[in-house]
Amino acid sequence: MADIEGGTPPMVVVRRILWVLVAVAAVFGVILAVGGGDGSKSAPAASAGAAIGGPFTLTAADGSTLTDRTLKGRPFAIFFGFTRCPDVCPTSLARMAQLREQLGPDGMKFDIVFVSVDPQHDRPADIGSYVALFKTPIIGATGTDAQLAQIQKEYGVYVRKVPIEGGDYTVDHTAAIYLMDKDGHFVTTIDYHENDKTALEKLKRIIA
Amino acid sequence: MKSSIRIMLAATALVAAPPLLAHGVAAGALAIGHPWSRETAPGQKAGGGFLTITNKGKTEDRLLSATSPAAADVQIHMMKVEDGVMRMRQVTGGLAIPAGGTLELKPGGYHIMFMGLKKPFKQGDMIPATLAFARQGKVAVRFKVQPIASTAPMEGGHGGH
Ligand SMILES: [Cu+2]
Repeated sequence: MADIEGGTPPMVVVRRILWVLVAVAAVFGVILAVGGGDGSKSAPAASAGAAIGGPFTLTAADGSTLTDRTLKGRPFAIFFGFTRCPDVCPTSLARMAQLREQLGPDGMKFDIVFVSVDPQHDRPADIGSYVALFKTPIIGATGTDAQLAQIQKEYGVYVRKVPIEGGDYTVDHTAAIYLMDKDGHFVTTIDYHENDKTALEKLKRIIA
Repeated sequence: MKSSIRIMLAATALVAAPPLLAHGVAAGALAIGHPWSRETAPGQKAGGGFLTITNKGKTEDRLLSATSPAAADVQIHMMKVEDGVMRMRQVTGGLAIPAGGTLELKPGGYHIMFMGLKKPFKQGDMIPATLAFARQGKVAVRFKVQPIASTAPMEGGHGGH
Protein backbone atom coordinates (compact mmCIF):
# COMPACT_ATOMS: atom_id res chain seq x y z
CA MET A 1 0.00 0.00 0.00
CA ALA A 2 2.81 2.38 0.83
CA ASP A 3 4.37 2.30 -2.59
CA ILE A 4 1.29 2.68 -4.70
CA GLU A 5 2.86 5.54 -6.61
CA GLY A 6 5.72 3.30 -7.64
CA GLY A 7 8.31 4.65 -5.24
CA THR A 8 11.73 3.57 -6.44
CA PRO A 9 13.81 1.54 -4.01
CA PRO A 10 17.06 3.32 -3.09
CA MET A 11 19.19 0.51 -4.56
CA VAL A 12 17.54 0.94 -7.92
CA VAL A 13 18.18 4.66 -7.77
CA VAL A 14 21.83 4.06 -6.97
CA ARG A 15 22.06 1.56 -9.79
CA ARG A 16 20.48 4.00 -12.19
CA ILE A 17 22.83 6.77 -11.17
CA LEU A 18 25.76 4.40 -11.71
CA TRP A 19 24.41 3.49 -15.12
CA VAL A 20 24.21 7.15 -16.02
CA LEU A 21 27.82 7.63 -14.92
CA VAL A 22 28.95 4.58 -16.86
CA ALA A 23 27.12 5.71 -19.95
CA VAL A 24 28.44 9.23 -19.74
CA ALA A 25 32.01 8.30 -18.85
CA ALA A 26 32.55 5.24 -21.00
CA VAL A 27 30.54 6.02 -24.06
CA PHE A 28 30.31 9.74 -24.53
CA GLY A 29 33.21 11.14 -22.60
CA VAL A 30 31.91 14.21 -20.92
CA ILE A 31 28.88 14.87 -23.09
CA LEU A 32 26.01 16.19 -21.03
CA ALA A 33 22.42 15.29 -21.56
CA VAL A 34 21.37 17.88 -24.08
CA GLY A 35 17.75 18.45 -25.06
CA GLY A 36 15.02 16.08 -23.87
CA GLY A 37 14.30 15.75 -20.19
CA ASP A 38 12.81 18.42 -17.99
CA GLY A 39 12.55 21.96 -19.17
CA SER A 40 13.59 21.13 -22.70
CA LYS A 41 11.98 23.67 -24.95
CA SER A 42 13.05 21.98 -28.15
CA ALA A 43 10.57 22.11 -30.97
CA PRO A 44 8.12 19.28 -31.58
CA ALA A 45 9.12 16.51 -33.94
CA ALA A 46 10.46 17.84 -37.16
CA SER A 47 8.83 16.44 -40.25
CA ALA A 48 11.67 17.46 -42.49
CA GLY A 49 13.61 14.26 -42.95
CA ALA A 50 17.14 15.64 -42.72
CA ALA A 51 18.79 14.15 -39.66
CA ILE A 52 16.18 12.13 -37.79
CA GLY A 53 17.54 8.94 -36.28
CA GLY A 54 21.00 7.81 -35.30
CA PRO A 55 22.82 5.54 -32.89
CA PHE A 56 21.26 4.87 -29.51
CA THR A 57 21.54 2.48 -26.60
CA LEU A 58 18.54 1.47 -24.52
CA THR A 59 17.47 -1.40 -22.28
CA ALA A 60 14.83 -3.72 -23.72
CA ALA A 61 11.98 -5.12 -21.64
CA ASP A 62 13.84 -8.40 -21.07
CA GLY A 63 16.82 -6.52 -19.69
CA SER A 64 18.97 -6.95 -22.80
CA THR A 65 20.63 -4.04 -24.53
CA LEU A 66 18.79 -2.57 -27.47
CA THR A 67 20.72 -0.41 -29.89
CA ASP A 68 20.21 0.94 -33.38
CA ARG A 69 22.39 -1.96 -34.51
CA THR A 70 20.06 -4.52 -32.93
CA LEU A 71 17.31 -3.18 -35.17
CA LYS A 72 19.42 -3.09 -38.34
CA GLY A 73 18.20 -5.20 -41.25
CA ARG A 74 14.51 -4.68 -40.57
CA PRO A 75 12.40 -1.55 -40.96
CA PHE A 76 10.83 -0.32 -37.75
CA ALA A 77 8.12 1.95 -36.43
CA ILE A 78 9.14 3.70 -33.23
CA PHE A 79 6.90 5.50 -30.77
CA PHE A 80 7.77 7.37 -27.59
CA GLY A 81 5.46 7.45 -24.58
CA PHE A 82 4.91 6.19 -21.05
CA THR A 83 2.72 3.46 -19.58
CA ARG A 84 0.69 5.83 -17.37
CA CYS A 85 -0.41 7.64 -20.52
CA PRO A 86 -4.12 6.77 -20.58
CA ASP A 87 -5.03 7.71 -24.10
CA VAL A 88 -2.65 8.46 -26.93
CA CYS A 89 -0.15 5.69 -26.11
CA PRO A 90 -2.58 2.76 -26.01
CA THR A 91 -4.47 4.25 -28.95
CA SER A 92 -1.32 4.55 -31.05
CA LEU A 93 0.07 1.12 -30.16
CA ALA A 94 -3.30 -0.52 -30.72
CA ARG A 95 -3.45 1.20 -34.05
CA MET A 96 -0.02 -0.08 -35.05
CA ALA A 97 -1.11 -3.59 -34.08
CA GLN A 98 -4.24 -3.20 -36.17
CA LEU A 99 -2.40 -1.79 -39.20
CA ARG A 100 0.06 -4.66 -38.96
CA GLU A 101 -2.83 -7.10 -39.06
CA GLN A 102 -4.27 -5.36 -42.11
CA LEU A 103 -0.97 -5.85 -43.92
CA GLY A 104 -1.32 -9.61 -43.59
CA PRO A 105 1.96 -11.56 -43.75
CA ASP A 106 3.79 -8.32 -44.68
CA GLY A 107 2.79 -6.97 -41.30
CA MET A 108 5.58 -8.95 -39.69
CA LYS A 109 8.21 -7.43 -41.99
CA PHE A 110 8.78 -4.50 -39.66
CA ASP A 111 9.32 -4.10 -35.95
CA ILE A 112 7.24 -1.97 -33.62
CA VAL A 113 9.30 -0.28 -30.93
CA PHE A 114 7.85 1.48 -27.89
CA VAL A 115 10.26 3.61 -25.89
CA SER A 116 9.16 4.78 -22.46
CA VAL A 117 10.46 8.26 -21.76
CA ASP A 118 9.48 7.87 -18.10
CA PRO A 119 12.07 5.47 -16.64
CA GLN A 120 11.28 6.80 -13.18
CA HIS A 121 7.98 4.88 -13.30
CA ASP A 122 8.51 2.39 -16.11
CA ARG A 123 11.09 -0.26 -15.42
CA PRO A 124 11.98 -2.49 -18.36
CA ALA A 125 9.90 -5.41 -17.05
CA ASP A 126 6.86 -3.12 -16.58
CA ILE A 127 7.18 -2.02 -20.18
CA GLY A 128 7.32 -5.67 -21.21
CA SER A 129 4.05 -6.53 -19.50
CA TYR A 130 2.49 -3.37 -20.91
CA VAL A 131 3.36 -4.04 -24.56
CA ALA A 132 2.34 -7.70 -24.16
CA LEU A 133 -1.27 -6.54 -23.75
CA PHE A 134 -1.38 -5.52 -27.42
CA LYS A 135 -1.21 -9.14 -28.61
CA THR A 136 1.39 -8.50 -31.27
CA PRO A 137 5.17 -8.48 -30.91
CA ILE A 138 6.25 -5.02 -29.74
CA ILE A 139 9.78 -4.26 -28.61
CA GLY A 140 9.53 -2.30 -25.37
CA ALA A 141 12.50 -0.32 -24.14
CA THR A 142 13.65 2.51 -21.96
CA GLY A 143 16.97 3.87 -20.78
CA THR A 144 18.80 6.08 -18.41
CA ASP A 145 18.08 9.78 -18.54
CA ALA A 146 21.23 10.27 -20.59
CA GLN A 147 20.38 7.50 -23.03
CA LEU A 148 16.86 8.84 -23.47
CA ALA A 149 18.12 12.38 -23.91
CA GLN A 150 20.29 11.12 -26.73
CA ILE A 151 17.60 9.27 -28.66
CA GLN A 152 15.05 12.03 -28.06
CA LYS A 153 17.47 14.54 -29.49
CA GLU A 154 18.26 12.39 -32.50
CA TYR A 155 14.62 11.79 -33.28
CA GLY A 156 13.53 15.32 -32.46
CA VAL A 157 11.17 14.01 -29.80
CA TYR A 158 9.68 16.59 -27.49
CA VAL A 159 9.39 15.42 -23.88
CA ARG A 160 8.41 17.51 -20.90
CA LYS A 161 7.35 16.44 -17.44
CA VAL A 162 4.41 18.45 -16.13
CA PRO A 163 3.48 18.30 -12.45
CA ILE A 164 -0.13 17.51 -11.63
CA GLU A 165 -2.07 17.80 -8.39
CA GLY A 166 -1.08 15.28 -5.73
CA GLY A 167 2.67 15.39 -6.36
CA ASP A 168 2.54 13.30 -9.50
CA TYR A 169 3.43 14.34 -13.01
CA THR A 170 2.38 13.65 -16.55
CA VAL A 171 4.62 13.69 -19.60
CA ASP A 172 3.92 15.84 -22.63
CA HIS A 173 5.46 14.07 -25.56
CA THR A 174 5.59 13.83 -29.33
CA ALA A 175 2.70 11.67 -30.51
CA ALA A 176 4.03 10.84 -33.97
CA ILE A 177 5.13 7.35 -34.94
CA TYR A 178 8.49 7.43 -36.73
CA LEU A 179 8.94 5.06 -39.63
CA MET A 180 12.52 4.01 -40.29
CA ASP A 181 13.90 1.85 -43.11
CA LYS A 182 15.97 -1.30 -42.64
CA ASP A 183 19.16 0.75 -42.41
CA GLY A 184 17.73 2.90 -39.65
CA HIS A 185 17.16 5.88 -41.92
CA PHE A 186 14.15 8.06 -41.37
CA VAL A 187 11.39 7.68 -43.96
CA THR A 188 8.34 9.48 -42.61
CA THR A 189 6.01 9.76 -39.63
CA ILE A 190 2.47 8.60 -39.01
CA ASP A 191 0.57 11.42 -37.40
CA TYR A 192 -1.95 10.85 -34.62
CA HIS A 193 -4.74 12.41 -36.67
CA GLU A 194 -3.88 10.66 -39.92
CA ASN A 195 -6.30 8.19 -41.49
CA ASP A 196 -5.55 4.48 -41.77
CA LYS A 197 -5.31 4.50 -45.54
CA THR A 198 -2.42 6.97 -45.58
CA ALA A 199 -0.80 5.21 -42.64
CA LEU A 200 -0.96 1.86 -44.45
CA GLU A 201 0.60 3.32 -47.58
CA LYS A 202 3.44 4.69 -45.50
CA LEU A 203 4.01 1.34 -43.84
CA LYS A 204 4.10 -0.32 -47.25
CA ARG A 205 6.83 2.11 -48.22
CA ILE A 206 9.13 1.04 -45.41
CA ILE A 207 8.61 -2.68 -45.94
CA ALA A 208 8.83 -2.49 -49.75
CA MET B 1 -32.76 -12.31 -16.19
CA LYS B 2 -34.78 -10.29 -13.71
CA SER B 3 -32.99 -11.78 -10.75
CA SER B 4 -29.56 -11.09 -12.26
CA ILE B 5 -30.59 -7.47 -12.70
CA ARG B 6 -31.64 -7.43 -9.07
CA ILE B 7 -28.26 -8.83 -8.04
CA MET B 8 -26.46 -6.19 -10.09
CA LEU B 9 -28.64 -3.53 -8.50
CA ALA B 10 -27.81 -4.77 -5.05
CA ALA B 11 -24.12 -4.70 -5.90
CA THR B 12 -24.22 -1.05 -6.93
CA ALA B 13 -26.49 0.10 -4.15
CA LEU B 14 -23.66 1.35 -1.96
CA VAL B 15 -23.86 5.07 -2.64
CA ALA B 16 -27.19 5.40 -4.35
CA ALA B 17 -29.45 2.85 -5.93
CA PRO B 18 -30.00 4.12 -9.45
CA PRO B 19 -31.68 1.90 -12.02
CA LEU B 20 -29.29 0.37 -14.52
CA LEU B 21 -29.41 0.87 -18.28
CA ALA B 22 -27.14 -1.78 -19.76
CA HIS B 23 -24.34 -0.99 -17.36
CA GLY B 24 -25.17 2.69 -17.51
CA VAL B 25 -26.96 4.55 -14.78
CA ALA B 26 -29.91 6.94 -14.62
CA ALA B 27 -29.76 9.47 -11.80
CA GLY B 28 -32.35 12.22 -11.79
CA ALA B 29 -32.03 14.14 -15.02
CA LEU B 30 -28.71 12.49 -15.84
CA ALA B 31 -28.23 9.35 -17.92
CA ILE B 32 -24.73 7.94 -17.72
CA GLY B 33 -23.79 5.66 -20.60
CA HIS B 34 -21.50 2.63 -20.40
CA PRO B 35 -18.48 3.76 -18.41
CA TRP B 36 -15.43 1.80 -19.59
CA SER B 37 -11.74 1.60 -19.04
CA ARG B 38 -8.77 -0.20 -20.54
CA GLU B 39 -7.00 -3.13 -18.98
CA THR B 40 -3.66 -2.29 -17.39
CA ALA B 41 -0.43 -4.22 -16.99
CA PRO B 42 1.18 -4.94 -13.64
CA GLY B 43 3.45 -2.00 -12.92
CA GLN B 44 1.27 0.36 -14.92
CA LYS B 45 0.10 2.77 -12.24
CA ALA B 46 -2.62 4.65 -14.06
CA GLY B 47 -5.54 4.14 -16.41
CA GLY B 48 -8.16 6.23 -18.16
CA GLY B 49 -11.93 5.94 -17.79
CA PHE B 50 -14.48 7.02 -20.36
CA LEU B 51 -18.24 7.58 -20.32
CA THR B 52 -21.03 9.75 -21.64
CA ILE B 53 -23.39 11.82 -19.53
CA THR B 54 -26.65 13.10 -20.97
CA ASN B 55 -28.62 15.77 -19.18
CA LYS B 56 -32.32 15.37 -19.86
CA GLY B 57 -33.21 18.19 -17.51
CA LYS B 58 -33.73 21.89 -18.06
CA THR B 59 -30.81 23.03 -15.93
CA GLU B 60 -27.09 22.66 -16.53
CA ASP B 61 -25.23 20.31 -14.24
CA ARG B 62 -21.48 19.89 -13.76
CA LEU B 63 -19.29 16.86 -13.27
CA LEU B 64 -17.03 18.08 -10.46
CA SER B 65 -14.91 15.13 -9.42
CA ALA B 66 -14.68 11.39 -9.07
CA THR B 67 -13.36 8.94 -6.51
CA SER B 68 -12.73 5.22 -6.57
CA PRO B 69 -11.61 2.62 -4.06
CA ALA B 70 -9.52 1.12 -6.90
CA ALA B 71 -7.16 4.10 -7.14
CA ALA B 72 -5.26 6.34 -4.75
CA ASP B 73 -6.37 9.40 -6.68
CA VAL B 74 -8.91 10.10 -9.39
CA GLN B 75 -8.87 13.25 -11.49
CA ILE B 76 -10.63 14.62 -14.54
CA HIS B 77 -8.19 15.16 -17.39
CA MET B 78 -8.14 16.57 -20.86
CA MET B 79 -5.88 15.13 -23.54
CA LYS B 80 -4.99 16.91 -26.73
CA VAL B 81 -2.62 16.25 -29.59
CA GLU B 82 -1.54 19.58 -31.00
CA ASP B 83 1.40 20.30 -33.30
CA GLY B 84 2.28 16.63 -32.98
CA VAL B 85 2.60 16.76 -29.21
CA MET B 86 0.35 14.96 -26.72
CA ARG B 87 -0.54 17.09 -23.75
CA MET B 88 -2.63 16.01 -20.79
CA ARG B 89 -3.94 18.45 -18.22
CA GLN B 90 -6.10 18.28 -15.15
CA VAL B 91 -9.50 19.88 -15.58
CA THR B 92 -10.27 22.30 -12.78
CA GLY B 93 -13.75 23.60 -12.09
CA GLY B 94 -15.49 20.56 -13.52
CA LEU B 95 -17.13 19.87 -16.86
CA ALA B 96 -20.53 21.26 -17.84
CA ILE B 97 -23.37 19.03 -18.96
CA PRO B 98 -25.69 21.53 -20.60
CA ALA B 99 -29.46 21.17 -20.29
CA GLY B 100 -30.52 18.76 -23.02
CA GLY B 101 -26.89 18.12 -23.92
CA THR B 102 -24.36 15.32 -23.64
CA LEU B 103 -20.87 15.39 -22.20
CA GLU B 104 -18.58 12.80 -23.72
CA LEU B 105 -15.43 11.53 -22.06
CA LYS B 106 -13.76 9.52 -24.81
CA PRO B 107 -10.32 8.80 -26.27
CA GLY B 108 -8.85 11.91 -27.82
CA GLY B 109 -10.55 14.24 -25.36
CA TYR B 110 -11.59 14.12 -21.74
CA HIS B 111 -11.06 11.14 -19.45
CA ILE B 112 -11.31 10.12 -15.84
CA MET B 113 -7.74 9.47 -14.72
CA PHE B 114 -7.30 6.66 -12.21
CA MET B 115 -3.92 7.13 -10.58
CA GLY B 116 -2.08 4.92 -8.16
CA LEU B 117 -4.00 1.77 -9.09
CA LYS B 118 -4.29 -0.61 -6.15
CA LYS B 119 -4.14 -3.54 -8.54
CA PRO B 120 -4.16 -3.94 -12.32
CA PHE B 121 -7.44 -3.53 -14.16
CA LYS B 122 -8.31 -6.86 -15.75
CA GLN B 123 -10.62 -7.41 -18.69
CA GLY B 124 -14.17 -7.88 -17.46
CA ASP B 125 -13.56 -6.19 -14.10
CA MET B 126 -16.14 -3.62 -13.07
CA ILE B 127 -14.28 -0.75 -11.40
CA PRO B 128 -16.49 1.02 -8.87
CA ALA B 129 -16.36 4.81 -8.80
CA THR B 130 -18.41 7.67 -7.48
CA LEU B 131 -19.00 10.73 -9.62
CA ALA B 132 -19.82 14.01 -7.92
CA PHE B 133 -22.13 16.45 -9.72
CA ALA B 134 -22.94 20.02 -8.74
CA ARG B 135 -26.71 19.42 -8.79
CA GLN B 136 -27.24 15.69 -8.84
CA GLY B 137 -24.74 15.01 -6.06
CA LYS B 138 -22.99 11.68 -5.86
CA VAL B 139 -23.71 8.92 -8.34
CA ALA B 140 -22.19 5.44 -8.21
CA VAL B 141 -21.02 3.96 -11.50
CA ARG B 142 -18.90 1.04 -12.56
CA PHE B 143 -16.29 1.18 -15.30
CA LYS B 144 -16.16 -1.96 -17.37
CA VAL B 145 -12.59 -2.99 -18.15
CA GLN B 146 -12.03 -3.75 -21.83
CA PRO B 147 -9.02 -4.85 -23.90
CA ILE B 148 -6.28 -2.23 -24.05
CA ALA B 149 -6.81 -1.88 -27.79
CA SER B 150 -10.39 -0.63 -27.31
CA THR B 151 -11.22 2.84 -28.52
CA ALA B 152 -14.93 2.73 -27.72
CA PRO B 153 -17.23 0.92 -25.31
CA MET B 154 -18.18 -2.61 -26.25
CA GLU B 155 -21.81 -2.88 -25.32
CA GLY B 156 -23.79 -6.02 -24.82
CA GLY B 157 -20.94 -7.77 -23.08
CA HIS B 158 -20.30 -10.24 -25.91
CA GLY B 159 -16.93 -8.96 -27.05
CA GLY B 160 -16.47 -9.38 -30.81
CA HIS B 161 -19.32 -9.61 -33.29
CU1 LIG C 1 -4.95 11.65 -17.66
